Amino acid sequence: MKASLNARTIIVALVVAGLLLLPVYTTLSGNVFGLTLFTRIIIYALAAASLNLIMGYGGMMSFGHAAYLGIGGYAVGILAHEGIGSGFIQWPVALAASALFALVIGALSLRTRGVYFIMITLAFAQMAYYVASGLARYGGDDGLTIYKRSDFGGLIDLSNRVQFYYLCLGCLFGGIYLIWRIVNSRFGMVVQGLRSNERRMQAIGFPVNRYKLVCFVIAGTICGLAGALLANNTDFVSPAAMYWTRSGDLMVMVILGGMGSLFGPVLGTIAFLLLEEALSQFTEYWALIMGPLLLLIVLFARGGIDGMLGRARRG
Amino acid sequence: MLLVVEQFLNGLQFGLLLFLLAAGLTLVFGIMDFVNLAHGSLYMMGAYFAATFVVWTGSFVLGCVLALGATLLLGILLEFVALRHLYGRDHLDHVLATFGLILFFNDAVRLIWGPAGLALPLPPWLTVPFQIMPGVYYPAYRLAIIVVALLVALLLYLVVMRTRIGMLIRAGASNREMIGALGINIKLLYTLVFGLGAALAGLAGLMQAPILTVQIGMGENILILAFVIIVIGGIGSIRGAFLAAIFVGMIDTLGRAFLPDLLRQILSSAAASTAAPALSSMLIYLLMAIVLVVRPEGLFPAGRR
Amino acid sequence: MAEPLLRVEDLVCRFGGVTATDHVSLDVNSGELHAIIGPNGAGKTTLISQLTGQLMSHSGTISFAGQDITRLPAHRRSRLGLARSFQITSLLPDFTAADNVAMAAQAHDGHSFRFWGDARKEKGLRDAARSALSRVGLEHRADTVVSELSHGEQRELELAVALATKPQLMLLDEPMAGLGATESAQMVKLLQELRREVTIVLVEHDMNAVFALADRITVLVYGRVIACDAPAAIRQHDEVKRAYLGDQHVVTRHD
Repeated sequence: MKASLNARTIIVALVVAGLLLLPVYTTLSGNVFGLTLFTRIIIYALAAASLNLIMGYGGMMSFGHAAYLGIGGYAVGILAHEGIGSGFIQWPVALAASALFALVIGALSLRTRGVYFIMITLAFAQMAYYVASGLARYGGDDGLTIYKRSDFGGLIDLSNRVQFYYLCLGCLFGGIYLIWRIVNSRFGMVVQGLRSNERRMQAIGFPVNRYKLVCFVIAGTICGLAGALLANNTDFVSPAAMYWTRSGDLMVMVILGGMGSLFGPVLGTIAFLLLEEALSQFTEYWALIMGPLLLLIVLFARGGIDGMLGRARRG
Repeated sequence: MLLVVEQFLNGLQFGLLLFLLAAGLTLVFGIMDFVNLAHGSLYMMGAYFAATFVVWTGSFVLGCVLALGATLLLGILLEFVALRHLYGRDHLDHVLATFGLILFFNDAVRLIWGPAGLALPLPPWLTVPFQIMPGVYYPAYRLAIIVVALLVALLLYLVVMRTRIGMLIRAGASNREMIGALGINIKLLYTLVFGLGAALAGLAGLMQAPILTVQIGMGENILILAFVIIVIGGIGSIRGAFLAAIFVGMIDTLGRAFLPDLLRQILSSAAASTAAPALSSMLIYLLMAIVLVVRPEGLFPAGRR
Repeated sequence: MAEPLLRVEDLVCRFGGVTATDHVSLDVNSGELHAIIGPNGAGKTTLISQLTGQLMSHSGTISFAGQDITRLPAHRRSRLGLARSFQITSLLPDFTAADNVAMAAQAHDGHSFRFWGDARKEKGLRDAARSALSRVGLEHRADTVVSELSHGEQRELELAVALATKPQLMLLDEPMAGLGATESAQMVKLLQELRREVTIVLVEHDMNAVFALADRITVLVYGRVIACDAPAAIRQHDEVKRAYLGDQHVVTRHD
């Protein structure tokens, strides 16, 4: 990452600075809404970044990524409901549950390729959705209200908006740093090689499915963290978090930002959610504009926002 | 016994309806290699058109015919204006673009018809119960759906298997380069196929309309089912789509009807009544997962890639 | 006589009703350059894919360096020292030449479940890549993305990638496919050098190259071995002449 002064570097730097300073602005101006909105954006950006790891770098088009948002959220919600409020228990459980789910469905799904893979991941996420809908004890269809946010002792207070915002931001930056290290490591080279030419990778001696599966599990685990954050943000978790349109939203965020670019998903998420927010201020029928806009973006702006900022994406 | 026959027919009817939806999807998928998430929106539009035209014309049949034509035109328009520019692009581009179309159609419907659902009442001659065997009655309308859908399936079979266009369609599904080599007007063929798929989706939607409420988002759940079907059946295979559709329709319907009772035999009544709906919704996804794990290209792969 | 490096016995592979390889038996001795020729559709590429494990055989056995590898998956065979090049260039198109070769070196340097260090800065991998690239004369193109290399350079890179896995046996599937006369001559020269270090199985349509390079030639027609002998003997072989060499039109460059 050479800090050459191109458009991308400037934009990313501005976005990072903006995100870091946002609470200062909202506190001074008393604009609470801005802080809540951006907390949500940051959490989704983390989820999108994790999807980008498998989709953009690994070439695995998962259409069921929202499942981990739900699983992470339900891990927090169910434990809270059962009286276990400590975040030191809730969060590791959320991560472990997401990892386990990713391990199981990854092992099965990775037998398939192409569109079949898109569809089977979708099917597994829908299964998770229906399981959650059937959890009568935990609200079923209506979802589960979380009365108390995860408790981290005196370490951090999640009910404090600013503290929670910075926690989410920390998770996002931490997640992106982790992904950056991973994609440039030996493991990451293999995963990117697989996207480029799987047959070749096999021929030079890589057991391809093992690498794909590990990558799939890492991405699922990171998204599980986003799920735990999301549940704390809304004080609520419901099957709707896992519905297939939510997986579609995540895909849109990644593609909009630019696949296989480190900060692309962050830019994509900001653009998508801000646009949604702005359009819904302007008209009740925001999707009437958003929909064709997506179509136009696909038709005329390939490579997403990252692509528009010039320079072919790195291999 | 009575209940079993009835549920069996319900399953068949649902399966045939799913086939109409899946046939268009699998053709578009198999021939143009195009992933069309907005296929469910066409299904929804068919239902809304029918609900509107039936009221306008005062005739159920005429309204349905008009609705069918309208969906066909909408499909062709959609293909002509936007989707044809996406052929040959990455599947992800298709997903993103047609996801945008879903958003658009849902809100367009909300703007035009309002957020509340519509009802499409049946004419009296279709509401009478029909005696299918001594002592067994079945709603005439559902029976009509079965007959119409079977006729359409037969027609589709004849078109695909016996005509020149059908030959091209089959050739396209198994080898896309080949029809290019035959010097066919591919653009026209693609538009036709897409229009046909749209009309089939619309037909499914308008036939389903009197049974369920016509509402926003009705196309999305069933779209996923249609995808499950073509994946189980093998992408591009009409025969696979037919068998898988009947299979999925049966499993889904019978599962919902009988699973609660079955579970009650093993579980406590309370546990059974909470687990059953979730489990029966999951059944088909479970089925698809099993099929893909055992046969990663579906049951009847159309023989490419 | 020493045990052959690669021994193939009664290998069969069918696609639907078509038998692509029909009880193929073949020995490749250590140090030799063994060419496989045959008309289009004779099953040469199928055979290579069976040997490397991309295709599983329906019957027959393959043993490599004394070990039965018939059921081993492709990546395990590669680890044992069996490398292949593809008929249609099959590199990692959005990686640089050096990255392509470094990936191969990485594949043979233990597992790659290392998540932290920057792989592009690992000296061992970079050095291995440089030396393999210079072996095929591509060191000046190390940082060029594959999709920007010329066709001839891509064919050479294929060889460098195969070399970087430190193979005992290289299976080369039409390395001259699509090359011009000068590039072909260069490739022949390169293969002349490489054959001193490594055993090679060469599938090739370019007969001049084959007869210039091979120690022994196996002729495959309709999935069957109809002859296996030294080049001079193959030239005189009646059945070969009838089935293959006699036909002018079959000596094409590409399947």
